[in-house]
Amino acid sequence: MTGAAEARVLELTGVDTFYGRAQILSDVSLEVRRSEVVALLGRNGAGKSTTIKSIIGLVRPAKGEIAFEGKPIQGLEPFQISRLGLGYVPEDRRVFTGLTVAENLEVGRQPRRENAPEWTPDKLFALFPNLAEMSDRLGGLMSGGEQQMLTIARTLMGNPTTMLLDEPSEGLAPVIVEQVAKTILDLKAHGLSILLSEQNLHLSTLVSDRAYIIEKGRIRYEGSMAELAENEEIRAAYLMV
Amino acid sequence: MADFIVSLLTGLSSAAAMFLVASGLSIIFGVTRIVNFAHGSFYMLGAYIGYTLVQTIGSTGIGFWTAVLIAAVAVGLIGVVMEILLLRRIYKAPELFQLIATFGVILVIQDVTLWVWGSEDLVGPQAPGLKGAVSILGKPIPEYDLALIAISPLVLVGLWALFKLTRWGTLVRAATQDRQMVAALGVNQRWLFTGVLFLGSALAGLGGAVQIPKGGADLLMDFNILAAAFVVVVVGGMGSILGAFWAALLFGILQTFGIQILPNSTLVLMFLVMAVVLIFRPWGLLGMPESLLQIPSGPPEQPLRPALPRVRALAGAACALLLVLPIVHLVFPEVVGTFTLVLVIEIMVFVLFAAALHFIMGPGGMVSFGHAAYFGGGAYAAALLVKFADAPFELAFWAAPLGGALLAFLFGWFCVRLSGVYFAMLTLAFAQIAWAFVFQDMPGSVLKTFGIADEFGTPLKITGGDDGLNDIWPSPWASTRISYYYITVGLSVAALWIMRRLLYAPFGYTLRAGRDSPLRAAAIGIDLTRHRWLAFAISGAFTGLAGALFLFSKGSIFPTTLEIARSFDALLMVMLGGVQSLFGPIFGAAALTWLNDLFSVLSYWRFLLGVTIIALVLLLPQGLAGFADTRPGRRLRLARPEETGA
Ligand SMILES: Nc1ncnc2c1ncn2[C@@H]1O[C@H](COP(=O)(O)OP(=O)(O)OP(=O)(O)O)[C@@H](O)[C@H]1O
Ligand SMILES: [Mg+2]
Repeated sequence: MTGAAEARVLELTGVDTFYGRAQILSDVSLEVRRSEVVALLGRNGAGKSTTIKSIIGLVRPAKGEIAFEGKPIQGLEPFQISRLGLGYVPEDRRVFTGLTVAENLEVGRQPRRENAPEWTPDKLFALFPNLAEMSDRLGGLMSGGEQQMLTIARTLMGNPTTMLLDEPSEGLAPVIVEQVAKTILDLKAHGLSILLSEQNLHLSTLVSDRAYIIEKGRIRYEGSMAELAENEEIRAAYLMV
Repeated sequence: MADFIVSLLTGLSSAAAMFLVASGLSIIFGVTRIVNFAHGSFYMLGAYIGYTLVQTIGSTGIGFWTAVLIAAVAVGLIGVVMEILLLRRIYKAPELFQLIATFGVILVIQDVTLWVWGSEDLVGPQAPGLKGAVSILGKPIPEYDLALIAISPLVLVGLWALFKLTRWGTLVRAATQDRQMVAALGVNQRWLFTGVLFLGSALAGLGGAVQIPKGGADLLMDFNILAAAFVVVVVGGMGSILGAFWAALLFGILQTFGIQILPNSTLVLMFLVMAVVLIFRPWGLLGMPESLLQIPSGPPEQPLRPALPRVRALAGAACALLLVLPIVHLVFPEVVGTFTLVLVIEIMVFVLFAAALHFIMGPGGMVSFGHAAYFGGGAYAAALLVKFADAPFELAFWAAPLGGALLAFLFGWFCVRLSGVYFAMLTLAFAQIAWAFVFQDMPGSVLKTFGIADEFGTPLKITGGDDGLNDIWPSPWASTRISYYYITVGLSVAALWIMRRLLYAPFGYTLRAGRDSPLRAAAIGIDLTRHRWLAFAISGAFTGLAGALFLFSKGSIFPTTLEIARSFDALLMVMLGGVQSLFGPIFGAAALTWLNDLFSVLSYWRFLLGVTIIALVLLLPQGLAGFADTRPGRRLRLARPEETGA
């Protein structure tokens, strides 16, 4: 891994996405490099989730290119994209409420991959100790924080090399947010690359290397997280409510 | 006591087929969100294929059960073929199109079955090794009944193990809740769906095959079991296998006891029990509210807009043509023959029928799969009045719209509380019950239980069963071809106009508001259920009016007018024409009546019609009137230019 080009794991170039006739994303370009945590920041409705869904294939971009590990993935089906090693943790969690914790993990299980850490339920229970105690509990009977841990664990069962995390802090108490931050840093230490969509500046500052700001479907800012943390003006313009 | 036990066992044994079919239907719906109307046809195929296999290899006990299993697997594979060739392409299509497409499959299977096995009912051989009877409390119980009783719990346990203990089962349960998420986790749902279709269809096939020794195989099996399975699924709770199990047992037992009290009462009893269950538990015994089932909804439909001048002009021209047609007939009989007038009468009857269905379907979003009940039901009301009360034409005629409205009022009470596929299934079940009422001459049976019968003790002929009611003609002033033509054209055009007025009145806006955002409509204080109920009854009245016009143009009426196939005809007309346009049903009815006329001279016309329907669904998902929105249509200025966003 020498040049920046090789280190690029995920790259979006000029992506336009529509819902029906409404254009949601305009010319979105961004990149995630190996073992890097990149924050995608923006207000409600800015287009963060749409960007992430465009990457994983749940919505089809009308224009632009999306490359993962150097290969174009736009137009592939979500399951194909996921099998390339791109893990997706959705917003509002979407745990399978009628399935137990163990079964939720089973749904996420995929064969092991060479360049990624291999996860088993036991290893995940070590990472998320409170899940271990409730492996037979139904997903629907868990608290919001527990569900968030479960969705992350479920995605890890696919042994991804890269993770897309969509607002993992949403609706969680500050202590739990700290726990999410710790998990993200753990995963980064395992060598995973992460694209984190967030509104929570605190969490993003704790974990991210770089940041993008999206507003009304356009990327408005790109830079290191440290720079952004300093730059009051930009934050006031795009992030304050 | 012994009698009671025997009845109980008989009932349990007859629950087996119902449970197998209903559980298969439930499993397929759970994952694919498609109500497979062809499920009854798979059951029928299971019986026919099983019959042939049993004839060849079923002379021993092992041979018999092997034959049954092979039949189930074969039907499972047919389900797979349907999934790969048809369903895969329409998972994202509107519900209505999915239902219509699987109805096309019904037609194809009916004719293929007829072609392969002929029209004779097949009497099933007895199962080797289980031909005898065992004595329980001194009463003989056929051994095969005991085998059937064992099958349902065995299958139930097998399904439980499959869904609970295997990875495949876990994935299926996950996909039942959120299939998008399952895909995003790297699961190729395509094979999951195919597998589910295999399992569900195989269960239907198994149901058909195991009941050969009791019921054999015949060509009416498909619709008969379909209605029963719908009732079981609705009562048990959509998507709940255990619910289907209990409901099937309940109906099986009920059926045996019911028959002892009142012969031929099966379907009516089912109706009563279903009614009671739905009053207390609208989502069935073990079901959950539809909102929790996350039924995906398509993009919001286009608002209803007043027709363009060009379209209005076309409608005016068509009316004018209708008015002068008989005059042309009188002056130039060789240009416009009697046949044309007869065809136009028939077309207008179905235009009215289709428009009345569209009235609740398009603007109301209620897809009724049993509208023939109000068409035939209304016609029967008028016919009975003529037959048994000697009512004059002028009076009896109006009994049809009244009867249609009352029937829709009754059935509607249950249906309008539900929506989407629940609504569709329930309307179909009600229609089949109405059909059975007429076909089995329930009133005659009921009178007989009260001791009223003819001198030989056979039930009186009230609805006439299969023979129908004949010799019912309009008064002399109305019975010439031309006067009846004007009556039909006048009444149906007037009815179309009234319906159009209603839809552009506040009533219509409310209906549409309810279709597009039921929660919001409820939030601003609209009693949506009331509106939907009223719309359903109005639609029933106009459908009944179409039934009256039909009755007096033919002079007779048969149970076939209440058949499911007739309901589907009307649906098809609306679909052909395009649901979102008021002119749609008119095009559709004209086109289909003409097509039917064309095809019906051919043998195997059902096959052709089925294939045509499937092709149409795949090629023209917007319907015929959707043609107006295509490029050639726009060139003719039949639709507004596309509004492009800024
Ligand atoms: N399925 C959909 N159909 C139509 N419009 C949609 C759909 N999903 C999202 N939108 C619209 O797209 C825009 C961007 O939505 P998106 O979910 O990407 O925002 P977001 O940045 O993730 O916001 P949040 O922080 O609230 O999650 C919003 O205006 C939203 O209303
Ligand atoms: Mg979002």
